[in-house]
Amino acid sequence: MSIDTERTQSLPITAPPVPPLVRAELPAWAPWGVLIAAFVLVGGLLAATGGFSVAMLVVASAVVYAVATYLLSRVVEGRRKATDRLVTIVVTLAFLIALTPLVSVVITVVGNGLARFDVEFFTSSMRGVIGEGGGGYHAIVGTLTITALAAVMSIPVGLLTAVYLVEYGKGRLARAITFFVDVMTGIPSIVAGLFAFALFALFFGPGVRLGFAGSVALSVLMIPVVVRATEEMLKIVPNELREAAYALGTPKWRTITKVVIPTSIAGIASGITLAIARVIGETAPLLIVAGLTTGLNFNPFEGRMATLPVFAYTSYAAPGVPREPYLDRAWTAALVLIIIVLVLNLVARLIARLFAPKTR
Amino acid sequence: MKTVRHGARARIAAVGIATSGVLLIAGCGAANESAPSGGAGGSAAPSVSGTIAGAGSSAQQAAQEAWIATFTGQNAAANITYDPSGSGAGRTQFIGGGVAYAGSDAYMTPAELTQAQTRCKSDVVEVPDYVSPIAVIYNVPGVSNLQLAPATIAQIFDRKITKWNDPAIAADNPGATLPDLAITPVNRSDKSGTTQNFADYLKVAAGPAWPYAVSDSWPVQGGEAAQGTSGVVGAVKAGNGSIGYADESQARGLGQAKVKVGSEYVGPTAQAAASVLEASPRVDGQGQYAFAYKLARDTTTSGTYPVVLVSYLLACSKYADAPTADLVKAYLNYVVSADGQSLAASKAGAAPLSDKLRGQITPAINAIAAGS
Amino acid sequence: MTTTTEKVTTQALPKPVQQLGDRIFAGTAKAAGVLILVVLAGVAAFLIVQAMPALLASPADLPGGRSLTAYIGPLVFGTVLAAVIALVLATPLAVAVALFVTHYAPRRLAQGLGYLIDLLAAVPSIVYGLWGVAVLAPATLGVSTWLNTYLGWLPFFAGPVSVTGRTMLVVGVTLAVMILPIITAVAREVFFQTPKLHEEAALALGATRWEMIRMAVLPFGRSGIISGAMLGLGRALGETMAVAIILSASGAVTFNLISSDNPSTIAGNIALQFPDSTGLAVNTLIASGLVLFVITLLVNAVARFIINRRREFSGAN
Repeated sequence: MSIDTERTQSLPITAPPVPPLVRAELPAWAPWGVLIAAFVLVGGLLAATGGFSVAMLVVASAVVYAVATYLLSRVVEGRRKATDRLVTIVVTLAFLIALTPLVSVVITVVGNGLARFDVEFFTSSMRGVIGEGGGGYHAIVGTLTITALAAVMSIPVGLLTAVYLVEYGKGRLARAITFFVDVMTGIPSIVAGLFAFALFALFFGPGVRLGFAGSVALSVLMIPVVVRATEEMLKIVPNELREAAYALGTPKWRTITKVVIPTSIAGIASGITLAIARVIGETAPLLIVAGLTTGLNFNPFEGRMATLPVFAYTSYAAPGVPREPYLDRAWTAALVLIIIVLVLNLVARLIARLFAPKTR
Repeated sequence: MKTVRHGARARIAAVGIATSGVLLIAGCGAANESAPSGGAGGSAAPSVSGTIAGAGSSAQQAAQEAWIATFTGQNAAANITYDPSGSGAGRTQFIGGGVAYAGSDAYMTPAELTQAQTRCKSDVVEVPDYVSPIAVIYNVPGVSNLQLAPATIAQIFDRKITKWNDPAIAADNPGATLPDLAITPVNRSDKSGTTQNFADYLKVAAGPAWPYAVSDSWPVQGGEAAQGTSGVVGAVKAGNGSIGYADESQARGLGQAKVKVGSEYVGPTAQAAASVLEASPRVDGQGQYAFAYKLARDTTTSGTYPVVLVSYLLACSKYADAPTADLVKAYLNYVVSADGQSLAASKAGAAPLSDKLRGQITPAINAIAAGS
Repeated sequence: MTTTTEKVTTQALPKPVQQLGDRIFAGTAKAAGVLILVVLAGVAAFLIVQAMPALLASPADLPGGRSLTAYIGPLVFGTVLAAVIALVLATPLAVAVALFVTHYAPRRLAQGLGYLIDLLAAVPSIVYGLWGVAVLAPATLGVSTWLNTYLGWLPFFAGPVSVTGRTMLVVGVTLAVMILPIITAVAREVFFQTPKLHEEAALALGATRWEMIRMAVLPFGRSGIISGAMLGLGRALGETMAVAIILSASGAVTFNLISSDNPSTIAGNIALQFPDSTGLAVNTLIASGLVLFVITLLVNAVARFIINRRREFSGAN
């Protein structure tokens, strides 16, 4: 919004003795012209030297484009404008660089995962399957059940803790909770798994393998993320809203549940989704406490449950002969995992939009 | 007012969709599990039922999956699970009473055996069930049919021989053209029975050329290290001039070196691997039902391939209840049977146990019974 | 604004009506917070109890026959090295991305673009591991060779170049990708909160967009960026599966980032060694987990110290 104003302003401020047209800004097409020129130049050079590759072309063109734009702008528009243009290019490039791994991961997973992305994968388990065929239905059920249970335990605890920290917390206890929640975000996932295993082994003996134990391990990982995300969102809620509610005689807890949380529900929802995304792909703790089975198990309180990450990991790590069906299933499991997270993301955003107060 | 009502309806709809989605998933069983899958059965043995769990060696995972699939196909009332959680974890769980049987890439130490006997309140059944040749795999352009003597392998993995055209390698491969390429040895980065068996082979067969103690962690620093068989195979495939060791079945399509035994060079075939067990003495003092073998890595018998991984099944000889005992006995008998072994050979690349060996270990399995 | 603290403002607020519901609600919230402390105490107690045998054992009984420090030392080095590489790569990129989303991208697209970056956080770590081995590692071979040829005099690129690309550098890059969305999210949030008046004042004085950002946005967001980076660092320190799958871990203590000889990380080492470990070896691994726990504690203490200094900007005061 402020882009246009600043361009027109720079004219009269700069040095009077210079002829005004020379100190003018570059025409609107100039950056595009430079970009195309850079592409052609680099492409030609690479083709001439024989070392042509797409990656090389893109990287070198970007560098040439940035340098050329800077120099051109420096000559025509002066140092400050040139720096500004350079930073714009660098920031945009940074964004594109950040997107590269995302695109690459998606291409890799989709490319390898589509081979078994069929009806059978979603309707069959691995029970009685040797080699080809079979599917990940049991693992999908396991992942959804275990993650849902973890979410059911983590979200209330995390949300209430965040409410306590932002709305009630003061003094030593609140400071301690804030600090240790942060420490908790750094617990390595495998340690959480070992902890859950030790906890359940105390009650059920050393052979315990439960879907629910997996949920507990995931909760240890998930709670701090929920707290952090919710805390940040609650803090952003303007104090004016709280004060207005108090002024109307609303009790504090009604203010929190009816004003503060609804106002920030969108942020909280996306924070919780990120927390779920963080734990749904965990492999190591589930391998230890939830185990692996080839058949379907709907009951998280009895027996082993297969989960998508563990299924993908063991299929990759210990394939049979021939390897291909196992590796295909591993990639498809990874693909399904990502799709589940995406769908969760969309649902969370939808819910957030529906429940958010109408501000118009 | 209108917008409010619309919003409320939309909320209900959203919650409804979410719940119905969950219900939809929870509602139906797996397509392959709905029908009783005992069609292939008709086995003469009396049918067994119940649920047992096993855990341990990840090397056995593919074979266990195949065995369980076929066995439960024939005995629809039986349910068996196997966690590929690692040999060490498997032994620990077995000792702790967490699983009915375990798979382990190494036989139990005396201390573990005592603990296991305490858990079982009886003798421990320990039988080899999975023999797999470990291939020395390499990726050197232009070189096929590589032949290596044990000492040469040891020096390569000890990083004493660093070039593919080293005279020692050339001596093993008369007439071959070897490139002037750096050797990248690839080893396992995780603890594994494969490493232990490979190191044991180097220690015994190469003698002074391998100055390290045998353990399940790789002793030499500085090589390329990769996780699991898949990791090693992937690293050798990707690395020009690399050499590694991995289960033969997982390394097909890569160059597999022939190893010098006596005066000939032998490739990693199932038959050559199985014959090592024949030539190996049984470890004493393990108990009457424990068949642990001190593998004859330095054998000079023609046609044997001494770089093998031998993985064991661990079970109690007494279980508290009869169904469990029967199920364990039936399953273990199936695993070591000719059918079970040929299934493992075709689906997991194992070397089938010989009939002679089967004759020796079957009595131990048949001794499994209920009671204490 | 700068002098107010939480206590002062809370007292200044109109006194809300007290109800029974209020007390119950406050009590529940407090209980949730205490529950977290209990869980964490449980984790810590578990770690200490399980690590004790390794701490008390004589060095000869430990894996490798060395003392506990000799075993864990290289792991600590590797953990910190990988995390620092990730942080050095990710932080500038995250700040730039956050700037792009908040100040450069067209307003209508901004939210969608931010969402795209959030998707990076949605990819499970095991997928990053598989991707790192299958795609990223081979792709870096050319770059590593180039670095070794032209920058080989730096200890980081001394070589010899790994032939598979499964190096510390690749692990650092993968971890950087994994923590990028975390740092970006925090930085974006802070940049959005930059007082509009400051920005407009800078522009009105004739500042270019970059000058405005440098003078108004970055100083405001500095502590936010640092706290985001610390959060990312915590994540990078504890990453398990991706490191275990990608890294060629052979136990060397070296700054050389492009060879196949790398130190392992604590979390990655636990994942690699745990399945086949028994007895004291397990205790040793858990002792290393305890060390990681302490490192995380220190990192977060630093982060909290910095975050506390920017508390005055939060809306809840």
